[in-house]
Amino acid sequence: MLRVALLLWLAALPLRAEEVVLGLSKDRVAITATFEGSDILIFGAIKRETAIPEVPLDVIITVSGPSRPATVRRKERVLGIWVNTDSVDLDAAPTFYAVATSGPLEEVLSDTEDLRHRVSIPRAIRSVGAASMAADAENFTDALIRIRKRQDAYQLLENRVAFDEQTLFRTAISMPANLTEGDYLTRIFLTREGRVVSQFETVIDVRKVGVERWLFTLSREQPLLYGLMSLAIAIAAGWGASAVFQVLRRS
Amino acid sequence: MRLTIDMQIYLPIAEVSVNAFLLLGLGGIVGILSGMFGVGGGFLMTPLLFFIGIPPAVAVATEANQIVASSFSGVLAHLRRKTVDLRMGTVLLIGGLIGAALGVLLFNYLKSLGQVDLLVRLCYVVFLGVIGGLMFIESLRAIRNTRRGVKPARRKHGLVHKLPFKMRFRTSGLYISVIPPLLVGVSVGVLAAIMGVGGGFVMVPAMIYLLGMPTKVVVGTSLFQIIFVTAFTTLLHATTNYTVDVALAVLLLVGGVVGAQIGTMLGTRMKAEQLRILLAMMVLAVCAKLALDLLLTPSEVYSIASGAGGH
Repeated sequence: MLRVALLLWLAALPLRAEEVVLGLSKDRVAITATFEGSDILIFGAIKRETAIPEVPLDVIITVSGPSRPATVRRKERVLGIWVNTDSVDLDAAPTFYAVATSGPLEEVLSDTEDLRHRVSIPRAIRSVGAASMAADAENFTDALIRIRKRQDAYQLLENRVAFDEQTLFRTAISMPANLTEGDYLTRIFLTREGRVVSQFETVIDVRKVGVERWLFTLSREQPLLYGLMSLAIAIAAGWGASAVFQVLRRS
Repeated sequence: MRLTIDMQIYLPIAEVSVNAFLLLGLGGIVGILSGMFGVGGGFLMTPLLFFIGIPPAVAVATEANQIVASSFSGVLAHLRRKTVDLRMGTVLLIGGLIGAALGVLLFNYLKSLGQVDLLVRLCYVVFLGVIGGLMFIESLRAIRNTRRGVKPARRKHGLVHKLPFKMRFRTSGLYISVIPPLLVGVSVGVLAAIMGVGGGFVMVPAMIYLLGMPTKVVVGTSLFQIIFVTAFTTLLHATTNYTVDVALAVLLLVGGVVGAQIGTMLGTRMKAEQLRILLAMMVLAVCAKLALDLLLTPSEVYSIASGAGGH
């Protein structure tokens, strides 16, 4: 009886009809001392048990860095001076966020699905209490997006997923040098007529390595030792350079 | 590989990538100023670091660390030439440590009121404006007097000579009460903690005009005090905010120590009045820049403060 029920359940799963098989050019990004940013190639294929359906498929790929709370402040002129007046606290805004699509985002994803899966940039930012802090809270969220887009921290890459024969897809996401370390959640959505028909998730591991790792860990776990070491290095260098200079002047 | 010489470096604590040569250059310029005028250079470096995209909290903390190094080589140079009044330096230092502790308390109180950023900027504009202006006028007068062959008036007996607890400061040739230098130390310490600088730009004029110390001794003595106060600040930041970036500090100080040595050499070859008028012009330029930032319509009225804090 149970086996029959399971079979029926499996048969009734249209979502499983099209599945993502994913490849990443790298699933680890190592932040070294000379880190200059990283390009990640995300590619894959769609596995089907059946023939390619009539209605075409679209692909949306998002890469999202760790989320952090953020405060957005606005300046106003008070007595001739520009002063921070209003501010809005956002609960969580990703430090990095890129959305690449195979078509215009509005066409490949319906608003309801966007709301459910938090795909577009504004939806990726969580701001539950923001509306109570300022009458025009959206202006603050827009400003955050505008500023971060300028820094390439937020990227909307419409039509940048190459999608061949309704089967093979690929896109390149370039991550800027100013990355925060953490797990970068990478999601691939397959949509049909704006509805998500399949979803796949993986994680790109962004980590400091070598000296960067060591210094960072020391500064958090042994802050006093780290502070004393910073001072010692500074003083040694100051004294050393002074001594070298003295020798040079005498000779 | 690109054709241009670029050596980007990723700073582990600041979590930003910047050009290593830019940092070396900034360190060098500020180092020259440090050696010439006995100012830590923080009042210039901290805004410059904001400008190249270092998070403010990291810039302030790391700057303290860098000032220790650039001042250290300067102090060594001055000690060798016996232009440090150690006794005066110690009195200023005691005041400075008390002031830094008070300043941190005041800073946190203002932070809870939410307008600390504006207050810091206004502090900069007012202090730099007043000090720069006074020094500029005074130095112009001094230069005009030496041209006419008028001997500068010897120091007058003012309030500093009437207060109790007198002490002899042989190197400075002074016999004055310890209260004024102690107060100078405290106020510099408070300013240093609030504004995130060494405080030399306030202390140097205060030593010249309030305490009547000879200019040659002022530079070495203020550097002596700055080293200890900034070392104290560095440790406070490292243990409470985790914002000292040693990689950034090392790059700044490699440029800084070389610059400081050059600056000390330049300083000994120049006349005291010329030194003062140059410093005055520098202070006024930074003041004007900060004032314009407050007065002109900014291109972006919104700003983001991440959860990490900063001011």
